Amino acid sequence: MKPEPLSGSEPARAAAERVARESYGKLVAFLAARERDVAGAEDALGDAFAAALAVWPRQGVPSNPEGWLVTAARRRLIDGGRRRRNAQASEQTLTLIADELEAAEREAIPDRRLALMFACAHPAIDTGVRAPLMLQTILGLDAAAIGSAFLVSPAAMGQRLARAKAKIRLAGVPFRIPEREDLPARLEAALEAIYAAFSLGWDETFSDDPRGRNLAEEALWLGRMVVALAPDEPEAKGLLALMLYAHARRAARRDRLGRYVPLSEQDTARWDAGAIEEAEALLRRASGARSAGRFQLEAAVQSAHAARRLTGWTDWEAVAALYDGLHALTGSPVVAINRAVAAAHTRGPSEGLALLDAAGRAGGLDAFEPYWVARADLSARAGDRAAARHAYTTAIGLQTDPAARAFLVERLEAVDRGGRSGFHGHETI
Amino acid sequence: MRYLLMIHADEKAMEAARKEDAGRIMAAYGAYTTAMKEAGVYVGGERLHPSANATVVRAEGGKTRVLNGPYAEIKEQLGGYYLIEAADLDAAIAWAARCPGAATGAIEVRPVWTM
Repeated sequence: MKPEPLSGSEPARAAAERVARESYGKLVAFLAARERDVAGAEDALGDAFAAALAVWPRQGVPSNPEGWLVTAARRRLIDGGRRRRNAQASEQTLTLIADELEAAEREAIPDRRLALMFACAHPAIDTGVRAPLMLQTILGLDAAAIGSAFLVSPAAMGQRLARAKAKIRLAGVPFRIPEREDLPARLEAALEAIYAAFSLGWDETFSDDPRGRNLAEEALWLGRMVVALAPDEPEAKGLLALMLYAHARRAARRDRLGRYVPLSEQDTARWDAGAIEEAEALLRRASGARSAGRFQLEAAVQSAHAARRLTGWTDWEAVAALYDGLHALTGSPVVAINRAVAAAHTRGPSEGLALLDAAGRAGGLDAFEPYWVARADLSARAGDRAAARHAYTTAIGLQTDPAARAFLVERLEAVDRGGRSGFHGHETI
Repeated sequence: MRYLLMIHADEKAMEAARKEDAGRIMAAYGAYTTAMKEAGVYVGGERLHPSANATVVRAEGGKTRVLNGPYAEIKEQLGGYYLIEAADLDAAIAWAARCPGAATGAIEVRPVWTM
């Protein structure tokens, strides 16, 4: 947990808060690595931050604040461990550890955050708790904030996180970057968890809760960290690029009156050119590894959409080909829907509808809003007004975002007026 | 850390196996055990008789009740176990994956409670 800001000397508090923000995950990872005790490390670090706020105003901020905090936290951990083991640890052992701590105070703390992320996204950890666990251990978000983002009560989220941390310790989940043969699958789980956090933040960006925006930015931060810590992994770059493309369009998703604007009608001048350029550079570097994965392909789709800001049009042939590749690779229903929409652009709406039918037959899409939006658009394009009306109505009933709902109502009214409905390429990230 | 690898398998399939197939399976387990001993991870391990030979005992309220059959009537039954010493869960998982039973059944990996 991040320290409560206490009253006291301003520079000392500022230093503690800066260390908390920048080093929290690094210190948790370092402290938890030996005993795999994440909860213990978090508690000890919380105490250490509290001690820092008490001591630093009097004695001045130490030259190596991270080292100071690690030393203080380690002492707490040793005390806790000694109580647990009923004073079995000998004084001699404690002196040795204390010497080791003095050294740690002088030297740089090794960065084991990537190893901690692999522990959080280990296959032994429940899939649904991996992203929350990363957000808490690496970024220090509390259970209440994470719970509200994941639509779970703080108490229930706290319990899930506690269970996962207990499993890491008791089952011996390693804090290690996996062996080469296991690395791609394990890395994918870690990247999936980051992407889950980003998607949640992305969907919530326009809700009243400002946390949504933060979650997307925290996920970007985690994505940058993985790229920095695992510079040889093309999929990590692919994920960061994918998130940056989406992030670049955040301002353009609403017009000046707050109305929903579909991707195909967005004003490209309102896209963040810097973020897009960064994404393009990442994607180029990733493709150098010649090992295309899911995130690189998804980022490449976004790259094709982003090119509209330069060319004024969208290369749907390229988008359709990329979705074919993604479909073969993942079999994901979301990909199947987007593939159908892309095929409708290149080969006509009836081809797209045939692919949508196939995706629908696979099941599980009846309550999935993007499926109905795609169905509505393609039906309207094919001139089947009854089917379009039914699909828009269903989509409206499923949509939770008021602005997006208002947009769908407009489309439905256009169908009823007999107006021509254009594609709006629903923005499913 | 110590882990118990529990081998859950369809015992009917093993019973119905032809003699030479059963021999091959036993040889595979022999090789697996040898490899574990060579690597210094082996602590113990046994094969169990089929669950038809199991007896469940309860002594609720001081009254002993004895029931015929396994604890749960399921297709895949506990057929044997290994107790191993491994550095961490990944090392235990690697050994579980090598178990001949993993190819046809499931290996449950459980950390042993250290007192």
